[in-house]
Amino acid sequence: MIGFNLSKRFIRVWQRNYRVYRKTWMISFAPPLLEPLFYLAAFGVGLGGLVGSLSYGGKSTDYTAYIAPALIAINIMQSSFFETTFSSFVRMFYQKTFDAMLATPLTIEEIITGEILWGATKSVIGTALMMIILTFFGLLHFPHALLLLPVAFLGGLAFACVGMVCTAVVPTIETLNLPIFLFITPMFLFSGTFFPLNNLPAWAQGIANFLPLTHLVELCRASALGRLDVSNVISIAYLVIWSVVLFPFAVTGMRRRLVR
Amino acid sequence: MSAIIEVKNLRKSYGPAVAVDGISFTVQAGECFGLLGPNGAGKTTTIRMIYGFTPRESGTLQIFGTDCDTAWRSIKARIGVCQQEDNLDPDLTVRENLETFAAYFDIPSALVNERVASLLQFTALEGREHANVKDLSGGLKRRLALARALLNEPQLLILDEPTSGLDPQSRHQLWSRLDDLKKRGLTTLLTTHYMDEAQRLCDRLIIMDQGKILVEGAPLDLIQEHVGKSVIEVVAPCADLRGMLTEKGILFEDLGQRLILYSNDGETLYRDLLADHCHEGCMLRPATLEDVFLRLTGRELRE
Ligand SMILES: Nc1ncnc2c1ncn2[C@@H]1O[C@H](COP(=O)(O)OP(=O)(O)OP(=O)(O)O)[C@@H](O)[C@H]1O
Ligand SMILES: [Mg+2]
Repeated sequence: MIGFNLSKRFIRVWQRNYRVYRKTWMISFAPPLLEPLFYLAAFGVGLGGLVGSLSYGGKSTDYTAYIAPALIAINIMQSSFFETTFSSFVRMFYQKTFDAMLATPLTIEEIITGEILWGATKSVIGTALMMIILTFFGLLHFPHALLLLPVAFLGGLAFACVGMVCTAVVPTIETLNLPIFLFITPMFLFSGTFFPLNNLPAWAQGIANFLPLTHLVELCRASALGRLDVSNVISIAYLVIWSVVLFPFAVTGMRRRLVR
Repeated sequence: MSAIIEVKNLRKSYGPAVAVDGISFTVQAGECFGLLGPNGAGKTTTIRMIYGFTPRESGTLQIFGTDCDTAWRSIKARIGVCQQEDNLDPDLTVRENLETFAAYFDIPSALVNERVASLLQFTALEGREHANVKDLSGGLKRRLALARALLNEPQLLILDEPTSGLDPQSRHQLWSRLDDLKKRGLTTLLTTHYMDEAQRLCDRLIIMDQGKILVEGAPLDLIQEHVGKSVIEVVAPCADLRGMLTEKGILFEDLGQRLILYSNDGETLYRDLLADHCHEGCMLRPATLEDVFLRLTGRELRE
């Protein structure tokens, strides 16, 4: 078992998670359908009344239309990150699911790949559900908005990899609150989600440009509002780099943790 | 006969602690081979190295006559494993557990239904197939774990403490299932803390302690060699008994309030004891594997 052993058998791990998901789809469908409604009510109607519209990409944009794609981006981040942190941790640590898998021809690479792709899939499912709601409010610009689905997969991949790296290193499930507190929550607020980044001081903008959510929000907004341009290529590249760099860390970290 | 497992100088340590300390043994086709030893002896570590979970530190390992470093995926596809801990999938039902596991082995779906049906019957789980694993008793879980280990129609079955925590009915049921499998020629490697179970099931076994093999052999041979035919237990021995035994050169173990005597001619000794030394608290019984185990590994707690 030397080297990097990844065959297409990883799909079996994905299918296992999909199977469990299908059993509880009614519960799983609720958050992506309800959350945007809550946010739109609070921020769109409540805050939007005060803000009115703001300038995005040189055009005046209604505040509700401005934050709607950010809600999708946040959901993409949370769906996959929570899947590969809390859910994967429970499977790994409490349910010993990975131990059982390792007694079959599956390898650790295949297990981790399957888990990460499943996290990204949950981001796509959540995005599709949210798109239905947002379309109903006329907040998406079709056909461009369909790009949200591949964007969700890419963003989901990046955050699933981050999550899996966390799962590989945290000693206990409670410790997972640390990356949420230090990484997810600040990003939620300071990634151009609810206000444009150029309202921040220059140094803060500089930091925000290194946050993956900033780029995911940018991609979601450009797709949803149908205002794509070449700068989006940088965001795509940035998220690809995050995934490519973190994936090997996720695999080696989990190998160190499980294979002893 | 051909060797199914060939282990040479297998070794594994965790930091400074040596879990498996250079052990060698061979398991032949069709054999039921036992790994016995106190807690922490290194049984699970040995087993995990054999099914490719734990990387070996040194030593060689051949399974089905093939080198495990190169052909590991095809070797794993031919092994069925029941791990020591319960790791059935609690998110799924009994049937779903089997189907999902079959998928990990890439078993074609046309075959899966057939195998699941016959294994549910084999492990007496019919009627439970839609039960949630969370709701199963310990005994049912063990049966499901066995069914799961047999899904890939393995040529080597590895069972790590398959009957711990089971009631006598379930243990006997599992034993007879293992008898059935043995008749079909399946090779089995198992660990257990129940000596009666090892004596009943194993053709050959090793007793290990602190990562090393103490003895290897067939259960009855080991009993004969290390204990003799029978054992006499004397509770609250009278003062002169120890002196008499030493004088006569009779092998015994002194537990303070209790003496354990090993002898090949137990009946004569027993009669002598009853007549001359003790009138009560004296018991004659056949020697068992447990006597061998305790003689070899001592009576102190391990962990
Ligand atoms: N992952 C690990 N990390 C550190 N030490 C370990 C690890 N796994 C096993 N050990 C140590 O190796 C030794 C052998 O453990 P092993 O689980 O093989 O024993 P065992 O014979 O199966 O015991 P038991 O009968 O209790 O199951 C023990 O001292 C154990 O503490
Ligand atoms: Mg063990």
